[in-house]
Amino acid sequence: MPKTTIKFDYDKYLRKDTLPHIWCPGCGDGIILKSLLRAIDKLQYKKDDVVITSGIGCASRLPGYVDFNTIHTTHGRALTFAIGIKMYKPRLKVITVSGDGDALAIGGNHFIHAARRNIDMTLIVFNNYTYGMTGGQSSPTQPYGSHATTTPYGSVEPPFDTCELAKAAGATWVARSTSYHAVQLEKLIADALTHKGFSVLEVITNCHISYGRRNKMKSPVEMIKYQKEKAVPNRSAVNMTPEELTGRFKTGLIYEKKDSLEFVEETYKQLELIKQ
Amino acid sequence: MSENIKLMQGNEAIAEGAMIAGCDFFAGYPITPSSEVSEILAARLTKKGHIVIQMEDEIAALGAVLGAALGGAKALTATSGPGMSLKSEHIGYASMCEIPCVIVNVMRGGPSTGNPTLPSQADIMQAKWGTHGDHAIIAITPSSVNESFYETIRALNLAVKYRTPVLILTDEIIGHMREKVIIPEKDTLEIIDVKLPDVPPSEYKPYNYKSGKVTPLAPMGEGYRYHVTGLSHGETGFPSAKMEVIQDAQNWLIDKIYNNIKDIEKYEETMTEDADILIVAYGSVSRSAKAALSMARAAGIKAGLFRPITIWPFPEERIKELSKKIKKILVPEMNMGQIILEVQRAACNNIVKGLNIVSGEPITPDKIYLKIKEMM
Ligand SMILES: Cc1ncc(C[n+]2csc(CCOP(=O)(O)OP(=O)(O)O)c2C)c(N)n1
Ligand code: SF4
Ligand SMILES: [Mg+2]
Repeated sequence: MPKTTIKFDYDKYLRKDTLPHIWCPGCGDGIILKSLLRAIDKLQYKKDDVVITSGIGCASRLPGYVDFNTIHTTHGRALTFAIGIKMYKPRLKVITVSGDGDALAIGGNHFIHAARRNIDMTLIVFNNYTYGMTGGQSSPTQPYGSHATTTPYGSVEPPFDTCELAKAAGATWVARSTSYHAVQLEKLIADALTHKGFSVLEVITNCHISYGRRNKMKSPVEMIKYQKEKAVPNRSAVNMTPEELTGRFKTGLIYEKKDSLEFVEETYKQLELIKQ
Repeated sequence: MSENIKLMQGNEAIAEGAMIAGCDFFAGYPITPSSEVSEILAARLTKKGHIVIQMEDEIAALGAVLGAALGGAKALTATSGPGMSLKSEHIGYASMCEIPCVIVNVMRGGPSTGNPTLPSQADIMQAKWGTHGDHAIIAITPSSVNESFYETIRALNLAVKYRTPVLILTDEIIGHMREKVIIPEKDTLEIIDVKLPDVPPSEYKPYNYKSGKVTPLAPMGEGYRYHVTGLSHGETGFPSAKMEVIQDAQNWLIDKIYNNIKDIEKYEETMTEDADILIVAYGSVSRSAKAALSMARAAGIKAGLFRPITIWPFPEERIKELSKKIKKILVPEMNMGQIILEVQRAACNNIVKGLNIVSGEPITPDKIYLKIKEMM
């Protein structure tokens, strides 16, 4: 695994006059932001070539702070803008960041269709199990039995498994990490970005404010501990029984399919053929 | 100029107009009676090497259009009633973020699924107020196939010039009827292209409204890195909760359209000079109104016709002026009375009556003529 530079110069990517950010102290989203910047730096992408789109929510405020071409769109629809700009200018590296509600509730339809098309982009889902920005309402990834302001007696709905959903819908690179596993996270982001096709990275992130304090994890520390303890590296998970995996989540690369048909390339190949 | 005349359908004229105007991206979702626009572009725009994509719904279609437009595309989408409702949130986003795009609505009546195969003009107020929040919109109502062609070109030009969504509102009659279109030589047309800002990236403010001029939207990926957000934002594009910024930015969205109304507004007058009664009609209904006008004149009634081509902003100054000498106004519409509200507002001392049919039956000349006689 490549070494993570402790003394990384984040300043060259941050829009410093937009700081301070809106995130609560102890929020996991900043860790993901930093990992993303290190990954982009490692790949030596030119800032002008990177487009980041996002929807609405705490996670989706990320693009405002980073010095790329950034589009903070509407709730759930970030992938549609991403598809538009990627199809129009395929040379751009297009990344979408999205919350769990943004990507999987209101944006669920766009999520599965982007995956189905296997379009060469990366989606990073910041899964904090809740609607952080609006104050902790129920989310489609909210664990069964856990509490939210709109499920005050506990959720009786089964949650989505983001990675299984992505894989079933056609994404060709699927992984999970957490805001605790920052080194792994950086590597996975870089892998996601270099994968040709639709890559989905779910990051379990901590929101002690809207989620944790309703679910016996009042502080960021307790939430980070949860991430550390509940994460099961995918390679170990194969030897575990379903009972042993209950309440836990797999991390690392979950699924990868190389050399599948990719949407942008297929489209431009066809355009070339029919051109007058 | 060598004249090249082609017989085509209204929806085809929109597709052809878009192509000659330099449209280089289309995203849509099928819906009657607008689907031909996507189908024709899927067959022809692609042959020019441009993207045509069917998205998973109308929200996604407009999202993709806006993404492409931020990359520098002259982008278009087409839909009808229910699809227009779905597009509303992104029309607001395009307004707020000042992203050029053209949205075609071949009106079919409603509410809800309504009458998919019948004509209507019931989305006129939706065009103005459909998305939440205050904003100004440009909407155009062509009344023939030829006009659909030329007005689509104008719509794309206005979208780029004013960095705004522009709506083209036709109806099932115009969309599906066949008429001739005079196809011009491309170099005889005024085409406004997307261009780079005339300042270097370090000086670029994507929302430089304090200059009082519309700043070009720099295509992303060309060295101008900026932020786009639907949150209230100042000149730099970054969110701001400062009250003066919110107020100024909001004023700008309205002012940039209304301060340029002379450039945006467009209407046609027929025999208004000596008229005793004025018909205000747009789109397919204005065709019947024109025929009714001849019937009235033949019967010795001095009728005149005012036909808005740009329906939003509504040409209220001209109506106000005309209403000083013409005391009776008839507004036939295929809705329950929408533009009549604007006419009444502009001509508040006049007798303004509506003729409203929403059964899907076109408003015929004799119905308008009878109403004129009744009012005289
Ligand atoms: C169309 C629409 N519906 C609802 C909202 C209100 N809203 C803002 S953020 C949000 C949920 C955010 O949750 P998530 O996507 O998980 O992001 P987080 O804040 O947790 O990072 C909602 C419902 C909105 N902005 N737009
Ligand atoms: S509410 Fe939660 S997700 Fe949002 S900034 Fe605060 S801690 Fe982070
Ligand atoms: Mg969330």
